[in-house]
Amino acid sequence: MTFLGIFKRDAKKHTVLASGQVVPDSARCVQCGICTYNCPIGIDVRSHAWSGEPVRHSQCLTCGECVARCPRGVLRFEQTDLFAKGES
Amino acid sequence: MNYVIIGSGVAGIAAIEAIRSIDSASSITLIGDDPYGFYSRPGLAYYLTGELHDKALFPRTAEDLRKLNFFYLRGQATKILRAGHILELDTQSTVSYGRLLIAVGAQALPLEVPGADLEGVLKLDHMSDAKLILKHARRGKSAVVVGGGITALELAEGLLSRGMRVHYLLRGDRYWSNVLDEHESRIIEHRLQEEGVTLHHHAEVIEVTGGHAKVSAVRLLNGQLLKCDLLAYAIGIRPRVGLAKQAGLAIDRGILVNEYLQTNDPDVFAAGDVAQAYDPMSGRSILDSLWTPARQQGFTAGLNMAGEKTAYLKAPPFNVTRLAGLTTTIIGTVGRGRDDDLVGIARGDSETWRQLPDSIVAQTGFEVNRLRLLVGEKTLLGAIVMGDQKLSFPLEKMITNNMDISPIRERLLAPNARIGDIVAEYWAGVNTRH
Repeated sequence: MTFLGIFKRDAKKHTVLASGQVVPDSARCVQCGICTYNCPIGIDVRSHAWSGEPVRHSQCLTCGECVARCPRGVLRFEQTDLFAKGES
Repeated sequence: MNYVIIGSGVAGIAAIEAIRSIDSASSITLIGDDPYGFYSRPGLAYYLTGELHDKALFPRTAEDLRKLNFFYLRGQATKILRAGHILELDTQSTVSYGRLLIAVGAQALPLEVPGADLEGVLKLDHMSDAKLILKHARRGKSAVVVGGGITALELAEGLLSRGMRVHYLLRGDRYWSNVLDEHESRIIEHRLQEEGVTLHHHAEVIEVTGGHAKVSAVRLLNGQLLKCDLLAYAIGIRPRVGLAKQAGLAIDRGILVNEYLQTNDPDVFAAGDVAQAYDPMSGRSILDSLWTPARQQGFTAGLNMAGEKTAYLKAPPFNVTRLAGLTTTIIGTVGRGRDDDLVGIARGDSETWRQLPDSIVAQTGFEVNRLRLLVGEKTLLGAIVMGDQKLSFPLEKMITNNMDISPIRERLLAPNARIGDIVAEYWAGVNTRH
């Protein structure tokens, strides 16, 4: 595998779209910012990882970019209650 | 109360957050000598590889920092006058403190061979070092990397991704021998070679040679001369204890602090890589060079400084890193002894990983997915998870919470046990019960 092979997508986005949220494990996070840097709509995922709060952001596409690119396995998808109140 | 924090790394920032969670009014002054302020030091590795822009490395915006309401003084504290509660700075000014936190981190041990002062001999402590490395990295040119642990690999992979031909020199016969077992070392070495790194075992630099004050080659102990345009080293780090030593604070290898992060002076605290924190569980004082313990220590120190007495309870050391492109989680006690490539503790390292536990090693694994467990009498003492990370979360909880593994211990230790399946099954059972 080449070095770039690390970017392979292991996040199964088709199973989580619309019904999942990105949840950080703060203890793993070193605040490098790769998640925020790669978010296509500019959500500051890193700040969620600092506070340990799930990314409850109404614009989050659950595209899996941050989950797949995090070099330390900080982020994972969790199923959510579709009727839970989200952030704006 | 008037709080002064020395050091703008994660321990210092976490301390300010803790103080502000209790005390919104008192004055806080942060003194830092890093021109870039607070950024993710571990993230420098991804800046070197080009995965990140340097501007992305700052976890806090100016607005975030403004909300914490502290004064920032750029400079270096040169003297602590404890009797008068005064700090002297290199800017010839003085600052008085009620309570002081020393969170100045650690620095790379110098390479002590002739020629180590030549231009192009580089370390990776700070953002400024990373920028200097990138300035010297030239596509198609040769780089030599010496040292061990995570930082040496970060250097090798960073330089490789910048198009350099990288030679990685190991003094012993394998990579990170006091944390990884032989099979794990070989996995990493094999992957490095596949990426294009040339490995040299039993190779020790005895001299750096150059012309026009720039490095041009390294001479090895076996007499070989290896041409290079850059030499990057990571042979360990040393806590920056000079200031504390001058002030007469108790020091061992780091600044000695109790479980409240307090030095032998009740108004002076220490946290992060510079602190050697007392661990009530083991009765030992331990150095860590890890982001999360630094943040936790800084936060705990801040609470104690502001009067909320809180013990720092050291969790088993835990780090997730990428070794040769392979996500690797190291939890608890996994290693043994010393490593010839590291003079001291390495960055991203914990002394606990080196201890030889009174336990039995059970292991399984394929070429790139590997799991190793250190099985104690009733609990798991440590684990290494390489590749597939599904089990790293349950294992972290099992080790941190000292969960009783008696029901699966015999099965884990059976010859050719499928330890991954056994752990997964055990964890599923735990979750069902809760």
